[in-house]
Amino acid sequence: MQYDTKTRRAYNADPVSCAECLNCVKYCPEHAVDVRTYADFAPLGMRLGVIRDTKRNIIYWRIMYRDGTIYEFASPIRTTPWGSARGALDIPPREDLDSELLAMEDNPEYLGFPELPRPRQTIRVVGSLMRYKQTVESLKSG
Amino acid sequence: MNFPTKIVDTDILVVGGGMAGCGAVFEAKYWCRNKCKVTLVEKANLEKSGAVGMGLSAVNTGTFTADPDDPKPEDFVEYVRNDLLGIAREDLVYDVARHMTSTIKLFDEWGLPLWRDPKTGKYIRTGRWQIPVHGESYKAIIAEPCRKSADEVYERVVVTHPLLDESRPNRIAGVVGFNVRDGTFYVFKAKAVIVAAGGTSLLYRPRSVGEGLGRAWYPTWASGSGLAIPILAGAETVNMEFRLIVIRFKDGYGPVGYPYLLLKMRSTDVRGRQWEPLPEEAKAELAKIFYDYAYAKPTPTPIRTWVTIQNLKEGRGPDLMQTQEKLPDMESFRLLFEDYLDMTPSQALCWASQNIHPQKTPSELMPTEPYVQGSHASSSGMWASGPPDIAPPEYRWGPNRMLTVEGLFGAGDVVGASGHKFSSGSFTEGRIAGKAAARYVLTTAKDYTPTISNDTIERYKEIVYRPLEWYHKNKPLTTTPEMPPQLTNWFEVHPNYLNWYQLLVRLQKIMDEYAAGWGMFYTTNTYLLNRGWELLHMLEEDFRYAAAASLHELLRVWEFYHRLIVGQAVVYSMMNRRESRGYYLNADYPYIDEENWHVFTHVRRDPRTGQWSFRTSPVIHIIP
Repeated sequence: MQYDTKTRRAYNADPVSCAECLNCVKYCPEHAVDVRTYADFAPLGMRLGVIRDTKRNIIYWRIMYRDGTIYEFASPIRTTPWGSARGALDIPPREDLDSELLAMEDNPEYLGFPELPRPRQTIRVVGSLMRYKQTVESLKSG
Repeated sequence: MNFPTKIVDTDILVVGGGMAGCGAVFEAKYWCRNKCKVTLVEKANLEKSGAVGMGLSAVNTGTFTADPDDPKPEDFVEYVRNDLLGIAREDLVYDVARHMTSTIKLFDEWGLPLWRDPKTGKYIRTGRWQIPVHGESYKAIIAEPCRKSADEVYERVVVTHPLLDESRPNRIAGVVGFNVRDGTFYVFKAKAVIVAAGGTSLLYRPRSVGEGLGRAWYPTWASGSGLAIPILAGAETVNMEFRLIVIRFKDGYGPVGYPYLLLKMRSTDVRGRQWEPLPEEAKAELAKIFYDYAYAKPTPTPIRTWVTIQNLKEGRGPDLMQTQEKLPDMESFRLLFEDYLDMTPSQALCWASQNIHPQKTPSELMPTEPYVQGSHASSSGMWASGPPDIAPPEYRWGPNRMLTVEGLFGAGDVVGASGHKFSSGSFTEGRIAGKAAARYVLTTAKDYTPTISNDTIERYKEIVYRPLEWYHKNKPLTTTPEMPPQLTNWFEVHPNYLNWYQLLVRLQKIMDEYAAGWGMFYTTNTYLLNRGWELLHMLEEDFRYAAAASLHELLRVWEFYHRLIVGQAVVYSMMNRRESRGYYLNADYPYIDEENWHVFTHVRRDPRTGQWSFRTSPVIHIIP
């Protein structure tokens, strides 16, 4: 989106690069962005309304089909207040720079395992699927 | 044209603030604390940038735990190995899986609405790995801890070139780029650079070529920078010929995961024969091309994609998603719409504008144009060192996720031969690379200082802004009227220059017609590839006449250049792999050749001469 200082209006300056992510529509505080979807394949007449409420953390959609049918949808967007997420420095430090464990993984609940998983059994087969299968079969037969 | 230069010194530089970049920043800072500095550079706005910037309706790589109901990393390796037709780095895949639970728990804590079973409180799974989410704000949520963690965030700064150290061979020293709003030239000097700048869309001609050129499945801003920056630094690629083609709803490019996995829909050809789920009796025929991989469960994505391509080619297509069979009530209908509104709004808008009511009529499916990226069901990307406790010695030449250039790391779409990371796995891989880079700058590279001369900086500044200079110098020669500021005149005829759109369309035509795009039904041969290679070379020569009327166009010009570099790596890899493994057919070698080609392919561009070279390396299976 570019802002034209003469008309004091914004416009889509590069439509061929537009992925129709609708972020300009969702984020405009005045709800002033209208959408006409791609000329290549979209017949005219569809209308869209969207309100992304970051206080109640719900997004509301209203879609009108070319034939006039209207559907309305609402779905949650976040379970915590905006600004509340912990950054790296808000998490207690650890000294094990040499281990393969990442942040929070000293806690088995976060890791999902009592300790960092390593392959239960390892093999070394170089190359084709046939050779791999033969090796696995011989392992199974003991 | 007198833009200021700003030099930024840092310890760890993360290029690209998508899922992988945010994971890298968070984890690097966790281990750095006040001992090293972490800087993020991002070409857009962090809150809505990267492939997840549009939102996403599932974390496709979920948790792996000791709970008997949950999958184990070994299960995931088996699945990914089959899906990538045997050519996978099992050490990298295993490594991502074993760290997934902590990532998902962090997402949950930060506020991502993951779906839970109300009775057990456990995350719901739609497939073996996928957890559905209300994901409209997925990226905005992840961006928050990322921004809090970084020492500095430079937004609206696009990175164009890597800088190599001038006193040590094959050692990254930093990157250069410019601010797309004010034009400031940026030089970043760092002890370690983590490239997480995404995969490649719009390299091949997309299905819509007018105003809808940007409606690709993979977002338009994925300009291949994540691959081109390491390639320009001289790093080795892996399996660049294994490009990704997925089956998507026609024109809107809405994904099919929810319909198949959550709503249990099926698809048929136009005569009503079912192809997905794939019937057993169809597999024998497919095994003639795809060998035993045709019998793998679930059927590998390249094979399922090939079925839809064949149906189209032989006149039975397009395949139709029979949506009306599985939308009995308003609840399921809402689920389907929310899926698309949260992640691919174009799909819902396409239905609305074409009067398609999915509860009444089926929807057409189409194979997409090829994308080049390492996080989905494909393996193209950069060749990365593996985890020290798992990787075989051949796959371990440096810290975890370091590429073949000293100090240069990758994550997400950048790291190849380890697909199926998706959004959550890319974040996890960013974390893995972040910790490895922190360890590297605090130990091995502690005393390293980048050597970059002022001459080099000035030379790159001249290169980066040349398309702007060239445009304004030559502009008077054309009789095409000038466009308003910021708007590209797509059809300007000028004897001395080409704009980014003209360059991009030529690249897309070459890739489509010579290197197995949709226009050729994903088929090529040795002649076509060799000819495509010549035409790409001429396109690279013409790049010296690239012109940009504004900073916005300058951004597009350099994005084009990154796509061109990726395209060359793809064609060079395809020329050298003498079999058909992946999402295309080389008509001269139309089958999988297990005996000779169960190998990784690597290409490298010499950063001094620009010459390309090729080698293969063996696939070492380590997980039974």
